[in-house]
This record gives sequence, structure tokens and C-alpha cells, in this order.
Amino acid sequence: MRNPYIYIAIMAGVSYLIRTLPLTLIRKEIKSPFIRSFLYYVPYVTLAVMTFPAITEATNNPIAGVLALIVGIILSWCGRSLFTVAVLSCLTVFIAELIL
Amino acid sequence: MQGTNRSCFLRGMRDGIPINLGYFAVAFTLGIAARQAGLTAFQAGLASALTNASAGEYAAFTVIAENGTYLTMAIMILVANARYLLMSCALTQKLPSDTPLWQRMIVGFDVTDEIFGVSIAVEGKLNSFYTFGVITVALPGWCLGTVFGVIMGNLLPANLVSALSVGLYGMFLAIIIPPARKNRIVALLVAVSMALSFLTSRLFAGISSGTKVIILTVAISAVAAWLWPVKEEDTDGGEKKE
Repeated sequence: MRNPYIYIAIMAGVSYLIRTLPLTLIRKEIKSPFIRSFLYYVPYVTLAVMTFPAITEATNNPIAGVLALIVGIILSWCGRSLFTVAVLSCLTVFIAELIL
Repeated sequence: MQGTNRSCFLRGMRDGIPINLGYFAVAFTLGIAARQAGLTAFQAGLASALTNASAGEYAAFTVIAENGTYLTMAIMILVANARYLLMSCALTQKLPSDTPLWQRMIVGFDVTDEIFGVSIAVEGKLNSFYTFGVITVALPGWCLGTVFGVIMGNLLPANLVSALSVGLYGMFLAIIIPPARKNRIVALLVAVSMALSFLTSRLFAGISSGTKVIILTVAISAVAAWLWPVKEEDTDGGEKKE
């Protein structure tokens, strides 16, 4: 493993710059419709890419991960809170792995 | 917003309590990911205290777990946290224009989905001390949750760790699915992203998950922005939760 403290410094430094540049130096609205649209879509795409198939690799049994994904999507679709969705996804895996 | 700096600070602390509790739970599962990446409780707590980003930190921990390069780490954080740029742009319009630089530098430190959400929702202009109050209460929950996740992850039985490790993905789903229900383009993008992510993992077994996330996110978002530019009012502050 490379030096963990350099990793942490990069994490902190880049995050800080992203957050403070618009508040300190730029202080202007981004006008370009392309950049605004791009930044608008990025979180949904990146979270979706990070969730699947990784959720099936995080669990001991991949099928339990798939079940957690389905339960998570259904609960979120029904408007359940972030906390409820997270807890019930965990519970799904726990029960599934007892049975499977 | 009305009131002295002191009363705004106290109001922020009050609004920070539910955020603190939610953060603790989410950060706990993040701590499990940090432990799997090989970080100590101190290192993970430090990373959380300084980075304050669930998806960003999770992505960063996967880079560490794969022994990725420092450049990969920088690009990964840039991509995973790009939405905060948009939130800060919205937040800078919300602050009175005479807000001193040092206050802007502290407000910017902890722009997260939740803290942005409560700060942008106050009536009228934002008093920085309100956000300071929220941060004072919320940030320790985030930091301590991560530390406990690393420590408890070592003590808990394997089936519990397996169950808890999907908590973070559950949270990701709770962020992306409700907007997907309202906006068909977002729904399509979520489905396409998951499908391409799966195919990429299958077809290019050697690709690191860090590189995969970066390439797919930039490519899919750029194509989507080109095909379906969003109207200005929709993009203010990017995603908004609750």
C-alpha cells in the first residue's frame, strides 16, 4: 500500500478545493448549459456505477447482494428515508445469508 | 435569516442533531469499507474529518484497497465530489456579498448533501454562523461513526459485517432512486450506468474499479448533458435530498 497519509491529504485537498473555489474566488454562476447539465447528471451516474455490481461483491453470498439491491430500489422508489433503506438493505442480507 | 450570530449558531446546532445521527449510521458502514481497504481507525477517522463525503470517501477507499496511483485518487475525488462544486455555486448566491473570506472558507469545508440542504433552505440570506452550528454538531457524528465502523468491524462476526457492508449502497440507492422516479432521463441514466458498469467489469476483468467509475461517469454524463441539457432552475444546487 502507498502512504495512507498522502492518500488522505489528496482526498482532503481536492475535496476542499472543489467546495471552496466557488465560494471564495469564482463567486459567479456557471452559465454554460453543458457544464451545468454535466454536473447535474454526474452524481446519479457515479453512484449508480459504484452501486452495481459492487453490491453483489460486498456480501459473502452474491445472491444476498442482488436481493439487497432489489429491496433498496423498491423502498427508495416508495419514498422511504435514507436511514430506513440502508437498515433494511442490511437486514435483507443478514436474513438471506442465514437461509441461503 | 433573522437573529444574532449567536442565535443562528444555536439554531444550526439544533438542526444538526438529526444529521449527526444519520451521519453516524452511514459513516459506520463507511468505516467497514475503510477497514477492508487496510486503514487504521485513526487514519479512517482523519480521512472522514477532512473529506466529509460518503460517496467520495467510499470511492477513495476502493482506490486505496487497489493500491491505485495518487493521480487516480485525485481524479476519483474530483468526479465523486463534482456535485459539491454546483452546490457551492448555489450557496455563494445565498451568502450576503459582504461575508468575510474566513467565513466562506469554513462554510466550504463541509458542503455535503445534508448540510447544503439545510443551509440553502433557510429563509432569505444565509448567516454563516447557522452553517457553523450545523457543522459543529454533524461533523463529530460523521467522524466518530467512521472510527467505530473500523473498530467494530474487527470485532463483529463475518455475517454481520457482510450485512452491514451493503448499508452504504442502500444509502446510494436512497439518493438516486427518488429523483429517477420523477425524472425519466435520470431513471434511464441510472439503468444505463448500472448495466455498463456490470458489462465493463465482465468484459475488462483487469480494469480497476476506480478507473472504471471515472471513465463511465465522465462519458455517460457528458453524452447525457449533450443529448438532454437541463433547464437552469433544475440544476441549482444539483441533487437535493429530503
